[in-house]
Amino acid sequence: MAKVSMTVNGKAASGDVEGRTLLSSFLREQLGLTGTHVGCDTSQCGACVVHVDGKAVKACTMLALEAEGAEVATIEGQANADGSLNTIQQAFQDHHGLQCGFCTPGMVMSAAALLKDNPKPTEAEVRDYLEGNLCRCTGYHNIVKAIMAASGQDVSSIAAE
Amino acid sequence: MPKDNGIGASPKRREDVRFLTGAGNYTDDINVNGQAHVHFLRADVAHAAINSIDTSAAETMPGVVKIFTGADFAEVGGIPCGWGVTDRHGNPQQEPRHPIIAHDTIRHVGEIVAAVVADTLEQARDAAEAIELSLSDKPAVVSMGAALAEDATKVHEDLTSNLCYDWVFGNPDDDAVQAAFDSAAHVTTLELVNNRLVANPMEPRVAIGDYSRATDEHTLYTTSQNPHVIRLLMCAFVLGLPEHKVRVIAPDVGGGFGSKIFHYAEEAFCTFAAKACGRAVKWTSTRAEAFISDAHGRDHVTKIELALDADNNFTALRTNTMANMGAYLSTFSTSVPSYLHGTLMAGNYKTPIVQVNVKTVFTNTVPVDAYRGAGRPEATFQLERVIDKAARELGADPIALRRQNFITEFPYETPVALTYDTGDYVATMDKLEQVADVAGFAARRAESEKNGKLRGFGINCYIEACGIAPSNIVGMLGARAGLYDAATVRVNATGSISVMVGAHSHGQGHETSFPQVVADMIGIDESMVDIVHGDTGRVPFGMGTYGSRSIAVCGSAMVRATEKIINKAKKIAAHLMEASDADIELKDGQFTVAGTDKSVAWGDVCLTAYVPHNYPLEELEPGLEETAFYDPANFTYPAGAYACEVEVDPDTGKVSIERFSAADDFGNIINPMIVDGQVHGGLGQGIGQALLENAAYDEDGQLLSASFMDYAMPRADDVPFYQVDHSCQTPCTHNPLGVKGCGEAGAIGSPPAVVNAVIDALQSGGKDVTHIDMPLSPARVWAAMNG
Repeated sequence: MAKVSMTVNGKAASGDVEGRTLLSSFLREQLGLTGTHVGCDTSQCGACVVHVDGKAVKACTMLALEAEGAEVATIEGQANADGSLNTIQQAFQDHHGLQCGFCTPGMVMSAAALLKDNPKPTEAEVRDYLEGNLCRCTGYHNIVKAIMAASGQDVSSIAAE
Repeated sequence: MPKDNGIGASPKRREDVRFLTGAGNYTDDINVNGQAHVHFLRADVAHAAINSIDTSAAETMPGVVKIFTGADFAEVGGIPCGWGVTDRHGNPQQEPRHPIIAHDTIRHVGEIVAAVVADTLEQARDAAEAIELSLSDKPAVVSMGAALAEDATKVHEDLTSNLCYDWVFGNPDDDAVQAAFDSAAHVTTLELVNNRLVANPMEPRVAIGDYSRATDEHTLYTTSQNPHVIRLLMCAFVLGLPEHKVRVIAPDVGGGFGSKIFHYAEEAFCTFAAKACGRAVKWTSTRAEAFISDAHGRDHVTKIELALDADNNFTALRTNTMANMGAYLSTFSTSVPSYLHGTLMAGNYKTPIVQVNVKTVFTNTVPVDAYRGAGRPEATFQLERVIDKAARELGADPIALRRQNFITEFPYETPVALTYDTGDYVATMDKLEQVADVAGFAARRAESEKNGKLRGFGINCYIEACGIAPSNIVGMLGARAGLYDAATVRVNATGSISVMVGAHSHGQGHETSFPQVVADMIGIDESMVDIVHGDTGRVPFGMGTYGSRSIAVCGSAMVRATEKIINKAKKIAAHLMEASDADIELKDGQFTVAGTDKSVAWGDVCLTAYVPHNYPLEELEPGLEETAFYDPANFTYPAGAYACEVEVDPDTGKVSIERFSAADDFGNIINPMIVDGQVHGGLGQGIGQALLENAAYDEDGQLLSASFMDYAMPRADDVPFYQVDHSCQTPCTHNPLGVKGCGEAGAIGSPPAVVNAVIDALQSGGKDVTHIDMPLSPARVWAAMNG
């Protein structure tokens, strides 16, 4: 066991972990931040995407110890200070960009990373960027639409929600 | 002006806020004080005799609580099959025992051989490595053809063969059917595969068993579409527990698509082990486990023949299908290739003679059961592919050929047992031609050709039998359960309402759409109505969510219960206003006396019911809570027409979907936004089946595509924006909301359109290709083009 310390959603967090403990396990099981989901074992599904020092990372692909000293952001820290949904979260609700909700935290975190680097992505750029995020419910239509809407683009000409 | 409240409105989903902020409560998010963890040691060979299992070393490993093998479950029942099909000779299906843990024989890769319960999951996994198995390998029976060979190794020694049943449906008279083919002007024949799929909801399955010595009560937390069904099957057939001592809770469920209908061994195990170990036992599936333990879907091989007269009227249809059951019969398995498939073979067409022949087969593979559409996609794919092939052979327009053969008068009794109550296939085809811009296709094809691409257009129709199901009809067909649903409407003293429903959302947004109905009926704001679901301790006995049944069946129960509430509330209002019951009207949450200005508000009536100081106690009970069970009179029949446009790269065989259009008739619609989303999701899965997905086994029974690295799930850049229309609405004639259900249509209706489009593209490029089996991977398309 080794001690690991990091900042998670702006608060200091620490715990004792094994060398093999994944960041996703540490967040879910030791910090109780169960919004980060685990949907596969091969880093394909993206349900566990969090931000580590500002970069989108699959939390199942990183050891907790590797996040020593890092600034980690999870879905639980994304809402506005008053608790209201942030722009991306609100766009997902407005455009029905989620159904079962299991992939949603990863989708929101990936979308945030995309829009940080590319504030007005095209449809093709959004679809390409989501290569590492699987959704089985929505057929991606409303996810892509929501992300484009969150970037301030007019999505009214895209087919029905 | 779109409505913003009630039936027909699209309020934002109320469940979204918790899902978008990480506050969802999925089963794996639950931890019970003092819980232990189980790791299942799963078979890594497909077929073997178990000589011995030595757990002695593993038992001494750190943290190990207890290790279970098949011997520990010798006294409990097997997993039951919920449907008994009678074969063409009147004999019952062959039904092998389906053990919780393999006892003396392993029958598929992934079958549980031992279960290690330990303080931590890591300890359980480590200890499982120390279990020593002595196995004698047996030949694996993988392909259905080989399984049915005379000298085939038997998957189950105690059965007579690997044939589960040999079934005929529709017109059983072989001579009469053959005569129709003999007298046909044209016969089109097609052999095809409906590829085996894995449902892959993004949330893997989880089960947590808990047991209270204080009350002798079990609690099972599980990822289920139908907690009451799980409780019934597990209590009555497997563990022999009285239902009132068992509570099954399915909290937020992260997708299911059928795969979370079934009662699985892990649920019974965790329930059993919690008592045996004296502490809660938790299991969370890895994705690798999910691939080899969740029931798979589809896996049919079919020969279909369509007879036409000289005027291109369909005169007869005959199919011969082999359907894979896998190694054991999962909960609904035997109903899928029979009554959920054969009954749909008439499709949207007035073909007078239909004969469906199905052989279901045991193999050393994971059990196969319902996956989104369940039998109906298989029926639709065959029928709509053979019609397309016939159109090409005859030089007929594929749309005109379909239109010519449409059923146009309702009710319509098909030759395969169903009576379609209503529909308008001409209207949905008209709408599709408009939405898909058929007229503009030629120009789009020319543009693609300029860029060196082949462009194809494919259409198909579909019909499905949903709102599953009328209990008396399915009972005659072999169902071992009723398929009604139930709702309890509990009005609270201050007028807010909790509705306890048997349906259970696993992404469909019931928490939003169900309250729309109740609020609309009473005329109050939706925010005053909540639903409660997913907990046998809180909701009446209902059969859950699958078969596009939630709003059609459970929603109807909710309407009936709400009607009872309104009737009673009117009596209370009549008493308060000293009027006759018959004169009371309810509008916008106000009770009024017809022809007067007297009124009393909803909230006042509710309060009166619970504080009955001024109340007709001699005529009415206090309180305001009603339950209704609803058993549908018939299936519902959503139908529509879909169109796909593809580009094929002739150099690589890569197919890209350029446009996908859907015109659906779902009857009345409660929440259009949610309905569109359901269609989108179904289309994504149907396109996935057509182009990408395949659960492939090798000859030893190893699943080759057992991870997201190998099983090609559709990703965002595999699909386009969809054009979806549901303005054609012929309301269901036999349920109170006139709704038909929408959850499966997209997955049922889309694969043939994709394949038809690819064939069209290849033929436009001069390639003599009439069929390619799904998935239409670049390699397969390229091979077909260059074969």
